[in-house]
Amino acid sequence: MTWSVTARGAHQPDNTAFTQQRLPAWQPLLSAGITLPLFFCAGLAFIGLGLGLFYSSNGIKELEYDYTGDGGTGNCSLCAAEGQGRAPPPSCSCAWYFSLPELFPGPVYLYYELSNFYQNNRRYGVSRDDAQLSGLVSALRHPANECAPYQLSATGLPIAPCGAIANSLFNDSFTLWHQRQPGGPYIEVPLDRTAIAWWTDYHVKFRNPPLVNGSLALAFRGTAPPPNWHRPVYELSPDPNNTGFINQDFVVWMRTAALPTFRKLYARIRQGNYSAGLPRGSYRVNITYNYPVRAFGGHKLIILSNISWMGGKNPFLGIAYLVVGSLCILMGFVMLVVYIRYQDQDDDDNDDE
Amino acid sequence: MDDVYLGEDLEDKDTAFTWEVKANDHAYHEQFRRKGFLCWRQKKYRSNAIHTAKYNFFSFLPLNLFEQFHRMSNLYFLLIIILQGMPEISTLPWFTLFAPLVCLLVIRATRDLVDDIGRHRSDNIINNRPCQILRGKSFLWKKWKNLCVGDVVCLRKDSIVPADMLLLASTEPSSLCYVETADIDGETNLKFRQALMVTHRELTSPKKMASFQGTVTCEEPNSRMHHFVGSLEWNNMRYSLDIGNLLLRGCKIRNTDTCYGLVIYAGLDTKIMKNCGKIHTKRTKLDLLMNKLVILIFMFIVVVSLLLTLGFAFMVKEFKGKHYYVLALHARTEAAESFFLFWGFLILLSVMVPMAMFIIAEFIYLGNSFFINWDLNMYYEPLDMPAKARSTSLNDQLGQVQYIFSDKTGTLTQNIMTFKKCCINGCIYDSDDEHGILRKRNPYAWNPFADGKLQFYNKELEHMVQGQQDTVVQEFWRLLAICHTVMVQEKDNQLLYQAASPDEEALVTAARNFGYVFRSRTQDTITLVELGEERVYQVLAMMDFNSVRKRMSVLVRNPEGCICLYTKGADTVILERLHKKGAVETTTEEALAAFAEQTLRTLCLAYKEVAEETYKQWEPEHQEATLLLQNRAQALHQVYNKMEQNLQLLGATAIEDKLQDGVPETIKCLKKGNIKMWVLTGDKPETAVNIGFACKLLSENMLILEDKDIKRLLENYWNESEQQRAFKMMTHHNIALVINGEFLDQLLLSLRKEPRALVQNAVVDEAPQELGMSRMDFLQARRISLMWRNIGATLTQSPSAASKIRESPEVRRERAFVDLASKCQAVICCRVTPKQKALVVALVKKYQQVVTLAIGDGANDVNMIKTADIGVGLAGQEGMQAVQNSDYVLAQFCYLQRLLLVHGRWSYMRVCKFLRYFFYKTVASMMAQIWFSMFNGFTAQPLYEGWFLALFNLLYSTLPVLYIGLFEQDVTAEKSLKMPELYVAGQKDDLFNYSIFLQAIVHGMLTSLINFFLPVLVSSDISKFGSSSDYQSFGVVVAISGLLSITLEVILVIKYWTLLCVGSIVLSLGAYVVMTSLTQSLWLFKISPETFPFLFADYNVLSHPVSLLVIILNVTLNTLPVLALRVVHRAVSKLRPKEEEVPSEEEEVAVEPAVRHLRRGIPARRSSYAFSHREGYADLITQGTILRKSMGESICVSPNPSEEDLPPHHPSQHRGSIFNPRKISILAKMKWSHHAKASQEEVHPDTGSQTEKQATLYLNPSDTQKPPTTSSAMSVSSSDDQAFHSVPSEYTLDSQPERLDVRSSSWKGLPWKDPASPKPSQLEVPKQQHSHNSS
Repeated sequence: MTWSVTARGAHQPDNTAFTQQRLPAWQPLLSAGITLPLFFCAGLAFIGLGLGLFYSSNGIKELEYDYTGDGGTGNCSLCAAEGQGRAPPPSCSCAWYFSLPELFPGPVYLYYELSNFYQNNRRYGVSRDDAQLSGLVSALRHPANECAPYQLSATGLPIAPCGAIANSLFNDSFTLWHQRQPGGPYIEVPLDRTAIAWWTDYHVKFRNPPLVNGSLALAFRGTAPPPNWHRPVYELSPDPNNTGFINQDFVVWMRTAALPTFRKLYARIRQGNYSAGLPRGSYRVNITYNYPVRAFGGHKLIILSNISWMGGKNPFLGIAYLVVGSLCILMGFVMLVVYIRYQDQDDDDNDDE
Repeated sequence: MDDVYLGEDLEDKDTAFTWEVKANDHAYHEQFRRKGFLCWRQKKYRSNAIHTAKYNFFSFLPLNLFEQFHRMSNLYFLLIIILQGMPEISTLPWFTLFAPLVCLLVIRATRDLVDDIGRHRSDNIINNRPCQILRGKSFLWKKWKNLCVGDVVCLRKDSIVPADMLLLASTEPSSLCYVETADIDGETNLKFRQALMVTHRELTSPKKMASFQGTVTCEEPNSRMHHFVGSLEWNNMRYSLDIGNLLLRGCKIRNTDTCYGLVIYAGLDTKIMKNCGKIHTKRTKLDLLMNKLVILIFMFIVVVSLLLTLGFAFMVKEFKGKHYYVLALHARTEAAESFFLFWGFLILLSVMVPMAMFIIAEFIYLGNSFFINWDLNMYYEPLDMPAKARSTSLNDQLGQVQYIFSDKTGTLTQNIMTFKKCCINGCIYDSDDEHGILRKRNPYAWNPFADGKLQFYNKELEHMVQGQQDTVVQEFWRLLAICHTVMVQEKDNQLLYQAASPDEEALVTAARNFGYVFRSRTQDTITLVELGEERVYQVLAMMDFNSVRKRMSVLVRNPEGCICLYTKGADTVILERLHKKGAVETTTEEALAAFAEQTLRTLCLAYKEVAEETYKQWEPEHQEATLLLQNRAQALHQVYNKMEQNLQLLGATAIEDKLQDGVPETIKCLKKGNIKMWVLTGDKPETAVNIGFACKLLSENMLILEDKDIKRLLENYWNESEQQRAFKMMTHHNIALVINGEFLDQLLLSLRKEPRALVQNAVVDEAPQELGMSRMDFLQARRISLMWRNIGATLTQSPSAASKIRESPEVRRERAFVDLASKCQAVICCRVTPKQKALVVALVKKYQQVVTLAIGDGANDVNMIKTADIGVGLAGQEGMQAVQNSDYVLAQFCYLQRLLLVHGRWSYMRVCKFLRYFFYKTVASMMAQIWFSMFNGFTAQPLYEGWFLALFNLLYSTLPVLYIGLFEQDVTAEKSLKMPELYVAGQKDDLFNYSIFLQAIVHGMLTSLINFFLPVLVSSDISKFGSSSDYQSFGVVVAISGLLSITLEVILVIKYWTLLCVGSIVLSLGAYVVMTSLTQSLWLFKISPETFPFLFADYNVLSHPVSLLVIILNVTLNTLPVLALRVVHRAVSKLRPKEEEVPSEEEEVAVEPAVRHLRRGIPARRSSYAFSHREGYADLITQGTILRKSMGESICVSPNPSEEDLPPHHPSQHRGSIFNPRKISILAKMKWSHHAKASQEEVHPDTGSQTEKQATLYLNPSDTQKPPTTSSAMSVSSSDDQAFHSVPSEYTLDSQPERLDVRSSSWKGLPWKDPASPKPSQLEVPKQQHSHNSS
């Protein structure tokens, strides 16, 4: 409290704009002059944006193939049947054949999609140790309790990387083969598997533990791989920049999905002859079918897609923008009608005042 | 009332006299212990150090935390945090709830700390005050805190009494000691205490004091300020003690050089301290609603948690059976998993409980209180007095007031009577000077006795007075100087008048200024100085005023030897006793009507010369009547009446009961704001009605119903057809009620029986302990009824109808009365006691769930102020008691307008907007968690980053909310005052109620649905660079959408844009940017990767155009439809009031003729004679009880001129009667005192008004010859007793006829029944007046 001691009265309150609640203010009225243009402008902008989105989304090509092998359909049903009820399922290969009548413009992205897979289950989602993944040695030796029951192996060794997420790493692999002429040989299309993870994840968040004697294997000595893994983490890839915790596939997998149906990027096709896209011809995708999803009624999809400025194919967003834009214009007209309808009264009011 | 008395009696009996104090015996007191907390035993006799501070250095943290966790919400969050500590069920990071709670605890603790430091400071100052304590054989300067029970203390003039102590001796004669109790009860008049004679005689030196070995036995410390019983045992003699012997802590010694006291209660045991600290916190409707809503939200959360757990129970089967990748994580049985998950959900959803709301609300209340304190428009410069909000939690209620209960004297009026006009011999003399020229020069300078304050000046009249030609003029002023019961004293060569009523004083003062100076009086003479010539009139008889006679006469023999009768009284009474009726009488009558029209208080003056023989015949009769023991009043009445015949009219006076500035405007404005105004006054109906007209509460076209009419209406109220009829009448006429205290007594039967409904505040002194409970019950009952009302008007209709049948007749009568009164334009209650005032408030509170406000300035308003939802105290002349019990303090009545219409309305609007927005915001942002649960297998995965949750309510969204609560203005102050109709919204709870709450929740839910499901839809359709939307990006997109949506909503909500507002919004969003980039920074991630897992999430999300597009879409979809809806709603609702106006106009037209006809029927109101309704002091004067014949004596009777003088017809209700025995004992003592050594005694003007009336008599004992025996004291006291009690008893006898009289004179029946009554020529009167004036 600040009392000003003036000559007139010791208790006289200050005469300031603040204390007298007379701060200079703007009292906007939601008048037709402001709101109507706002609505029409917003509506037009949204419709414009929506059209752009819609067309660019429509321009995007997408090919997808469900290779789960449910109900004996498709090439992979054999693998699916073989893996039924066996854990871990045996390694199996199958293929997806498709042909392109015209060029599939690049850059082409290869995704895999899993459905009904709850990566956002809370117990699953917390079952990881970010400290361990950031390369802290102490955390490597002593994984966080959240990782349990994938914290320590049966022999009591710390598991690296610990936790359920890492344990359930997606381990199907794909190779793409191109047949230029019918009956011709299949040529492998080079898949760019680098930079499929977030730059910050790959470069900052995930770090290998410091090398011991220049060897990653030694750094991971005394740890056990997750139970479902066939090889230790330092052998994920022969590329030293893509192995250990900074294996791109692993990093992508560790960034858990928000919803039970999700796509993750597998590779990009942008090298060699294929930098402009996939030319017309027949194609074969060789699939190493390892990952069991039929147990929980899930599906595995493989997707080829190109992207535009706003990302992948997404007709919904464009439509949503169009709808919202027209809604704005509609509301604008309703308001206009209301204003016109009650305009006379307003005028009268003004006259009265 | 009776039960209160019983209670008091019982308490007396119950009190064990176990408090023993031995003088000068430290060791004795030290040995006693009493049971304290647990097994720890405290000293029985406390030291004089007081500790009002709650904490000390060590106890602050534990005690404060303990106190804070008494609050339900804090406890709840503590529980949640503890739950969160268990890894099995912990769903949120530890800091998410911990950080906000710690913040809130720290803020509150800081506030408590600051408060407590202040208390420590003031405690220290008080405890270290110096005082002289007897140590060994001499008095040493010590500190107050060193004082112990049993110590002897020496007090000097103007020192403050440090503890409750027994007065042992003083340097004044008779061991009197004068004290001022301004700090205790706010009364500024002096009171006196007296020591026992024995101690006074014996203890004359410090040495003797040191050897004083008396033992005082008395009651345990208690809070009754006016009660003390004990005895002193000394030298094998017992002396009884009462409150008159006790000096209370906090009193100031006045006019007494030195006095000595024995400490009886020290420190916290003192009566004043026992009275402290019982602050009843009033809570506002919104506050209660807020709590209820939070509980509702909590219950909602529990239910949702249960439902989600149910969902999980289904899912977990699948998880365990099929989803092998999580199988090992759900290792327990399904039931156990579900059980744990329930708690997990409870934790997850606890963020939906608006924890921060309470503390922000507290800040808002505090801020709004400051704005009230700071308002220059409510600053009263003459008193240097700003408005003050003493309670900081009632501001919003100020915007919902529906009933105002106002005191009259000192609240509506200034309690200053000004001589305005007079009519002498048919000529009207108005004041020449209306514009205050008088203040510049004193026109009465020729008169040495003029007091120079008279506002009335008429040159013509002055000429006539000085010319001494016109006998009527001479007699007019002579009468005013003689015929009264005013007491006079001379001080510094100035005459000071002490009158029973301010009217009388005004009249005598006017006479004094015009040269007819009332100089002094003895038992049977009156000395005047008439234009410089001293004349002594011999008083032969004094026929005092009472409310039956409505007149007063004095029979005097003038120096020439002629006998004259001077009479003044109500016009009706005087006019019918006139000798003849001529032209003068007629013009005077017209003048009276004109005066009354201007709401002046009028009085008729008449005189006659009495022949010697007539007097000789009359005298014996008079003597005989005076000596009668039975029916004396009746007999005297007849005798007086015999003399007061055939009078000659002199003229009339008009006195203005000056209203405070701006009262009529304020009342008019408040009435426009649909606020009902009730005036509760102890004054008589005529005056009250007069004031009612003056302040525009009543108007000419109003139908005034009084007791009888109301009774008839009430009896048939529940009869359907009657009710219809009554309603019809009500809708067609403006109706006002004028109610008497007596009528209220018959009415308020059930309320009286129901002790808890009595809102106990009225009896707070008597039973503070039980009170808390009963108040709770009552509040509970109110709350429940309020809830019912809110749930739906349709629902309540049927139960209330059903309950009406079950109700007792008293309750039905009360309900009917309140129903009736609520439909009236104005209600005036006259002659009500302070208790009845509180009862009336309680009555309205009980039957109408409305917000009540009581405003008053005197001690008699305290009950009312405490009972009402809001108490406003006017800082007036009547002491500080009303102020000390009030929630708001104003200097003038007219500030009420601004307090309610501006500050109240603003506060209410602000708090409502704040609540609505806060609930919206919480739901909008936090409900997405529920939706997310449906997508993650009901596993209670949080959607947002932990830090976002933690800081959302603290930083990201707080400032704009605070801005709304503190600065929002929908319309400016000027417009609020100009359009009081805006106030109605608050009375109807329009701005926040269950439906608004529901609206906010639904709105929030929609926002959260859009914010959540749009990204879901987009995400399910998307394949973007890197991966489809991952958990973190998804959470970030929803969070940002939510934050921006609620920020845009606040932008739409705020109607008053200032730089502060922009600043608050920018700061909040800025805080989000800063804090998010901090919690998602590499630096913090490296320190603790688990705590800051969202590394660069926002950066990555915002660098993707799709996320941005989704966010924009979300925000737009949330904002624009709402905006459109509001715009359309505004445009449409603009039309509605127009439509409503039209029929109302027609109605008015229809009513018009009826109104005109009513106006004609009303007789002129002019019996507002200028007397207080109490009898004067003629008895005391003529009996000579307080007067001695010697000249130059200083006599002063200082009666209480207060109008709140309780209906005399209920002696048992006379609040003062509690104290009557004491008063009489004091009087007896006073009598006694004049046998002691004489010394000149000062005269103390007693201007304050006290509820406890007490005649303070200062007597000159020099001429008393009676020996000092107790019997003489007894006899005197009994005669005093009679003097005091004769008033009520007389009134009881005659009250009935008087009331009939009043009715016949002023309101001749019900006006609409008598359309043929002649129409008084009201319009012509002023013209005639004017001509008289000019002639």
